[in-house]
Amino acid sequence: MRRVHPFFWLQASLCLLLGAIIVTSARADVQAQRIVSVGGAITEIVYALGQEDRLVARDTTSNYPPAALELPDVGYIRRLSPEGVLSVNPDLLILQEGAGPVEAMDLLRATGVAMVEVPEGYDAEAVLTKVTVVANALGVPEKGAALVEDLRKEFLAAGQDVSGLQDRKVLFVLSMAGGRVMVGGQNSSASGIIAMAGASNAATGFDGYKPMSDEAIAQSGADVILMMASSGPRGASDEQLFQHPAIAATPAGQNKAVVRMDGMKLLGFSVRTAEAVRALSKALRDAGS
Amino acid sequence: MSSLTHDISGAVLAGDRRHKARALAIWLVVVLFFSVLLSLGVGATNVSLWDAAQSMVTAQELSARDKIILYDIRLPRTAMGVLVGAALAVSGAVMQGVFRNPLADPGLVGVSAGAGLGAIAAIVLGGTLPVALAEALGYYVVPVAAFLGAWCSTLVLYRISTRRGRTSVATMLLAGIALGALAGAVSGALTYIADDAQLRTLTFWSMGSLGGATWGKLLTAAPLIILALAVSPFLAHGLNGLALGEAAAAHIGIPVQRLKNTAILMVAGATGAAVAVSGGIGFVGIVVPHLLRLIVGPDHKYLLVNSALLGAALLLCADVISRIVIAPAELPIGIVTATLGGPFFLWILLRQRGLVDM
Repeated sequence: MRRVHPFFWLQASLCLLLGAIIVTSARADVQAQRIVSVGGAITEIVYALGQEDRLVARDTTSNYPPAALELPDVGYIRRLSPEGVLSVNPDLLILQEGAGPVEAMDLLRATGVAMVEVPEGYDAEAVLTKVTVVANALGVPEKGAALVEDLRKEFLAAGQDVSGLQDRKVLFVLSMAGGRVMVGGQNSSASGIIAMAGASNAATGFDGYKPMSDEAIAQSGADVILMMASSGPRGASDEQLFQHPAIAATPAGQNKAVVRMDGMKLLGFSVRTAEAVRALSKALRDAGS
Repeated sequence: MSSLTHDISGAVLAGDRRHKARALAIWLVVVLFFSVLLSLGVGATNVSLWDAAQSMVTAQELSARDKIILYDIRLPRTAMGVLVGAALAVSGAVMQGVFRNPLADPGLVGVSAGAGLGAIAAIVLGGTLPVALAEALGYYVVPVAAFLGAWCSTLVLYRISTRRGRTSVATMLLAGIALGALAGAVSGALTYIADDAQLRTLTFWSMGSLGGATWGKLLTAAPLIILALAVSPFLAHGLNGLALGEAAAAHIGIPVQRLKNTAILMVAGATGAAVAVSGGIGFVGIVVPHLLRLIVGPDHKYLLVNSALLGAALLLCADVISRIVIAPAELPIGIVTATLGGPFFLWILLRQRGLVDM
């Protein structure tokens, strides 16, 4: 057993100390401090990770938590103005998939500002992926892992009490402007949340949000109508909704069964999704009784 | 317009008008120059022309970000504003001359409707294009389609209203309305099958914006617009003659048919290219020539060049407003031109009717 030279420990500890200083200072260097978050789901995750003090701007769809509304708005997610985004002097852009237009994205890329695109998806796994991507972009992977664990538990718990709803047909109505009913078809965020709540989507045969013909709606056999709570110009009152002949012809119309929920919470696929699943499955149960 | 030709002092008045028109043109050049500076120097970021000038004088480089903002965002956008503004105003003035109607604009002869139809078709059906073609066109799919739409609608219209080499303006007007309605119907059908994301894109496109300006887009539109604008002064004399009526114009030796051909081609090229790159921007084509007729009278020699200058300056100023009102976001420019143009136009009309005294 050789004795280690006492200086070795000194040197080793110095080296470690120095290494730690270098590493932490490097970490501080790469950590973006002026972040623009584009997409309501992304902004919610940034807040859930406790990193909101590094945000300098958001897009129009980022309306939660309410504190986010205080941040400057760089425009609608699909219509970003490149100069507007650059005006807040960002060092990192975190963008929900689908942000645009393409020209704006190309210009922003050319400026060399760091850009992270977060993939969109409509199930629990997609939410966890979003959290991981955002946390890595923010340089807080351990916080991300903790949040992923919490959300995973929440999803499991929410998934426990969705049984027995698989026969409930839900029709998500996005808008009823001019008598045209826009509904959520397959492979849409609405379809995703309905599936997570254990029910089935009444709109079949097409993808995404599209106007559905009156006869198709009447034949859809929807038991419940699902809508966003925002009573904007696109919204319709219950009265207007059930006066629509096609909707009146469905079981939902006969029972006046409608569920309204906050749009971003319902369709955002972010940190409030498990909560949305619980609320939706409960509302679907209540609406049928 | 009250006709002053029977006035004894008509000659004096005409001379007076010429001076007025020249003075106005010089004044408008100055206004346009400052509009360009404003458009280059104002925006959501605080990069100013002063910084750019300093960087040219001293060896101090602009940061990469500021360079991109000035040279890749604001400069092509400003150039596009000048070209599109001039194209819309001059097209309006020429159309009004051909139809001898101060309310005519490219929208009347179905050019804008055709361009709109092309754009809408590209937005809604763009996903169904063969991949190779879509790849090749990149994000020029919409402008190219809009231009083709404008071109096709003009050709069809022209075939309908031309018999044995003579174009009937009245038939053209009616056919234009019919074609516009038809394009509107097809557009309506397309919006019916569009999904939510496409509908939003459509809405934004129809409100118009110079925001998508890039050097690439500018290069697709500029040659056509510049060519059309260069042709327009040669139409002035003929359009003045045409104001007397087609028969009278033919009697004083104006090649009426060739004039109409050239004018229609010019308008289709300029409007098609302008609508293709900037979407639907209304009001410039009617308000600008109308306002100038009030100031310099109906002589196309002065009207066309002043229309180009004022249209360009007006659109640049509207664009600057659209950039700073809700910065860092942007308003679509169509909203600005309509908000400013609508009430202003009403006020002019009321003033003409003597309903307001100022």
